[in-house]
Amino acid sequence: MMEILGKTSVDFMGKRNIAFAVSGVLVALGLVAAFGILLGWANLGIDFAGGTAVQLKFDQPLGIEEARKALQAHSLSEAELQEFPQDQKILIRVKTHTTIEDEISKQIIEAFQAEFPNHGFVVDSSSSIGPTIGKKLQEDALIAILLSLVGIILYVAVRFEFRFGVAAAIATFHDVLVVLGIYFLLNKEITLLVVTALLTLAGYSLTDTVVVFDRIRENLRRRRRETVFEIINNGINQVLSRTLVTTLTVVLVLVPLTLWGGEVLHDFSLALLLGVIVGTYSSIFVASPLLLLWPGAEGKLLSRGR
Amino acid sequence: MKKLRGRFLLLLAVTVVSCILALPSFPGLYQSLPDGVKHILSHRGLSLGLDLQGGIHMVLEVEEDRAVEIAVDRSRKALEDLLAEKALAVDGVNREGLNRLTIDVQKDSDVAEVQALLDEAFPSFVSEKSSGTRLEYELRPEDAERIKTSAINQALETIRNRIDQFGVAEPLIQRLGLNQIAIQLPGVQDPQRAKDLIQKTALLEFKMLDESKVALDFPPQVEKGQEEKLRQEFSGKIPEGSEILFESVEEELDGSNYSIPYLVKKDAALIGDLLQDARVTIGDFNEPIVGVTFDSKGAQEFDLVTAANVGKRMAIVLDGKVYSAPRINERISGGRAVISGTFTTNEANDLAVVLRAGALPAPLKTLQDLTVGPSLGKDSIDKGLRTTVIAGALVLIFMIVYYRLSGLIANMALALNLIGLLGALSGLNATLTLPGIAGIILTIGMGVDSNVLIFERIREELRQGSPVRLAVNAGFEKAFLTIVDAHVTTLITGLALFLFGTGPIKGFAVTLCLGIGINLFTAFVGTKVVFDFMNRRKLETLSI
Repeated sequence: MMEILGKTSVDFMGKRNIAFAVSGVLVALGLVAAFGILLGWANLGIDFAGGTAVQLKFDQPLGIEEARKALQAHSLSEAELQEFPQDQKILIRVKTHTTIEDEISKQIIEAFQAEFPNHGFVVDSSSSIGPTIGKKLQEDALIAILLSLVGIILYVAVRFEFRFGVAAAIATFHDVLVVLGIYFLLNKEITLLVVTALLTLAGYSLTDTVVVFDRIRENLRRRRRETVFEIINNGINQVLSRTLVTTLTVVLVLVPLTLWGGEVLHDFSLALLLGVIVGTYSSIFVASPLLLLWPGAEGKLLSRGR
Repeated sequence: MKKLRGRFLLLLAVTVVSCILALPSFPGLYQSLPDGVKHILSHRGLSLGLDLQGGIHMVLEVEEDRAVEIAVDRSRKALEDLLAEKALAVDGVNREGLNRLTIDVQKDSDVAEVQALLDEAFPSFVSEKSSGTRLEYELRPEDAERIKTSAINQALETIRNRIDQFGVAEPLIQRLGLNQIAIQLPGVQDPQRAKDLIQKTALLEFKMLDESKVALDFPPQVEKGQEEKLRQEFSGKIPEGSEILFESVEEELDGSNYSIPYLVKKDAALIGDLLQDARVTIGDFNEPIVGVTFDSKGAQEFDLVTAANVGKRMAIVLDGKVYSAPRINERISGGRAVISGTFTTNEANDLAVVLRAGALPAPLKTLQDLTVGPSLGKDSIDKGLRTTVIAGALVLIFMIVYYRLSGLIANMALALNLIGLLGALSGLNATLTLPGIAGIILTIGMGVDSNVLIFERIREELRQGSPVRLAVNAGFEKAFLTIVDAHVTTLITGLALFLFGTGPIKGFAVTLCLGIGINLFTAFVGTKVVFDFMNRRKLETLSI
C-alpha cells in the first residue's frame, strides 16, 4: 500500500487561533476587493464593465510601446495594452461607458494598419459589449452566486444540522473572498470566466468541507466518551489522506491548464487552482473550528446519536 | 452477486449507446463507416463553439423609435401628395417629435375637408388638438406598437435572408426579449464583411437633385472628414426641403479620396422597396456595377418619375450616401436602373445581396459583438486538447502508482466517464466551448475524487483487519453518502450557472451537470461491479 501519509494525529484544532488570524487578513483583503467591485474601482473585465477588446496576432514582433504610441496618435490613448510576446500577440482593451457605435474595434484595427504598414497581422478576436449588457451580466452573475450559496446552505442544513450549514457557508464565502482578494492584489481582471471559476471553486471547497463534516458526524454518533474537540480532530485526521490525494489530483489537472491552456483558460484555471488550495485549507482550519464557536458547543456535544 | 451479470450488461449497454451517440462527433471516423450504418446514426454530433472554430456572436437592438419616425415620415409624404392631388393648399405638413403630424392649412374653408380626408385615409392618426388652421394629429399608441413589432419581425426576416444568401453554415438567428436579435455565425472567415452585410440598413432612394443657385457655390469636392463643416456652412442658405449629401470617391490612379457634395430633395422620388431583383454586372470600364430591376408597380412609378424629369439629374442614394447622380436623358420604362460606384467585386456582391433581401425597417444598434478569428480558434483547440491529454495522463499515472490494480480499475471507470459524457453531449447536439472542455476536465477530477474517497475508506477497513470482501462493501457503503452530498452541492452550483449563465458559461454548466450524473453511475455501478467480480473468489489481499 503506497501512502502519502500514514495514520496521523495532528492537533489541527489547537492551531485554530493562528488559522483564524491568517484567514481574517485574507478575508479582509477579499472584502476590500468585493467593495471595490460594488463601488466600481475594481478591475472589471469588459464583459461586466462594457467596452471593447481586440487581440491582434502579428507576423513579426511589435513592441508594446510602439503600439501604445500608434494608438495615442489615433486618439485612443485610454487603451490598455497587454502583450503575449511568445505568440506575438497584443491585447488592446478600451473600457467605455458610451455605446459601441463608435466602432472602436474598427478604429483600433485601422490605427494599426495605418501606423505599421509593414507589420502584417490578423485579428484573433474582438469583442464589444455595450454597458446595458454588461450591467445585465453583472446582475446575472450576482444572482447565480447568491442562488447557489443559498441552495448549498439549505442542502447542508437539511443533510446535517443548521450549524454545519452555517459553518460550511462561511468557509465557502471565505474561499471565494480569498481568491477574489488575491486577484485584486495581482490586479487581474474579473471577467465572466473568473466568476465561473469562483462558483466552481465554491462547489469544490464545499465538497471538501462536506467530506470532513460527514466524518465528524459519523464519529459523533459512535464515540461518546471523547470531547468534541478530540472528535473533530480525529475526523480531520481520518480523512486527511483523502483530502490530500484529491487535492493533489486536481492540482495535477489544473497546473497544465494554467501553464499551457492558452490565454483564455489561464485566468480561469489560476482562480480554480488557488481556490482548490484555499478550499483544502479552509475545510480543515476554518470550517471545522467554526463548529466549536457555536454557543455551548465546547462543553456539551452536538446532538449526539441523532 | 446474482445480479452481477445484469450489472455488467447494463454497463456494456451504456458504453455501446454512448459510443454510438458520440460517433458523429468524430467526422473522420464517421465518414469511414458504411453508408447503411451512417443512415441509422444521427448525422449531427457535438458542434464546436465560436471560441473553438472562430465566428461571430452579436446582439443587436432594433431602434424601434426610429421605425416609428420613418413610418410617420412616410405618412407625411403620402398626405402631402394626397393634399396636392385634391388641390387643398397647405403651408406645410410637418412631423413633430416621434409620432405627431402638424398641418397648417392655408384657407379656413378647407379645414373641414382636410380633417375629413385625414379621418378617412389615415385612420391610425387621431386628432390631438386643432386651433384655427393648425391641425395636430398623433399616431395612435396601438399603431405605434404595431409598427414596432413589425419592425422587429421584418428586421429578423431581412437578416435571415441576407445571411442565407451570404452563405454561412448553421447560422443561429433568434429574437431575444422584446426588441433584441441574437446572431451567431460560426466559422465565418471574414467577420468584418459579414457584420457590414448584416448592419447595412440598405435603404435605397432615388432623389432628385435640387438645382437651386446655391448649389453652384458648393466646392467641387471636400476632404474626407470635412463634410459636416460644409453642411454647417450652408445651413440656412439651402432651401427648406433639401439637404446636402455626399458621394465618396476613391481615385484609383493615386489612391486619394474625397467627397463630392450634392444638393438633393429630402423627399425621395422613389424608394427601393419596389425592387424585384438586384444583380452584379460588368460596366463599360470593366468595373463591377449593380443592376436593379423594379417590380411592376415600381417600374410604373419609375416610368412616371423619369418622364416628368427628363433633362434633370437624379441621385441614387443608399443609406444616406450618394452613389451616382446621372442625368435622365430620356424616359425609362423598362424598370431597370444601374448603381455604379467604386466597388470591389465583393462589395458589389454584398450590395446586391442586401438589396435583394430588402431594407431594414430601422437601424440596428450593436449591444454586444464577439468575434473570434479562425486562427485563435485553432490555437485554442490545439492547446485545449493538448492540455487535456497531459492533465489526463498525469492523473491516470498517479492513480496506478498510488492505488495499483484498484487504480487501474478507477482509470477504466474514468474512461467510461469520458465516453459517457461525450455520448450525452453528442446526443444533445451540444456545442463544445473552451469552458466546456474545462468542465469535462473538472468532471474527471470529480470522478477521481469519488474513487479516492471509496479507496481510502476501503484501506481504512483493511487496516482494521476486515476481510477483503467486507472491507470493499463497507468502503463503498460508507463513501456513498459522502459522495452523493459532494455531488449534489456541486450540482446546485451547476444549476445556478445554467439558469443565469450565458453562452460559454452555460456550456460549462451543462457539461458539469451531465458529468456529475455520469460520475455517480460509473463510481457506484462501474467500479463496484469490477470489485464484486474479483470478490467472487475469496481474496486474501487486495491490490489497493
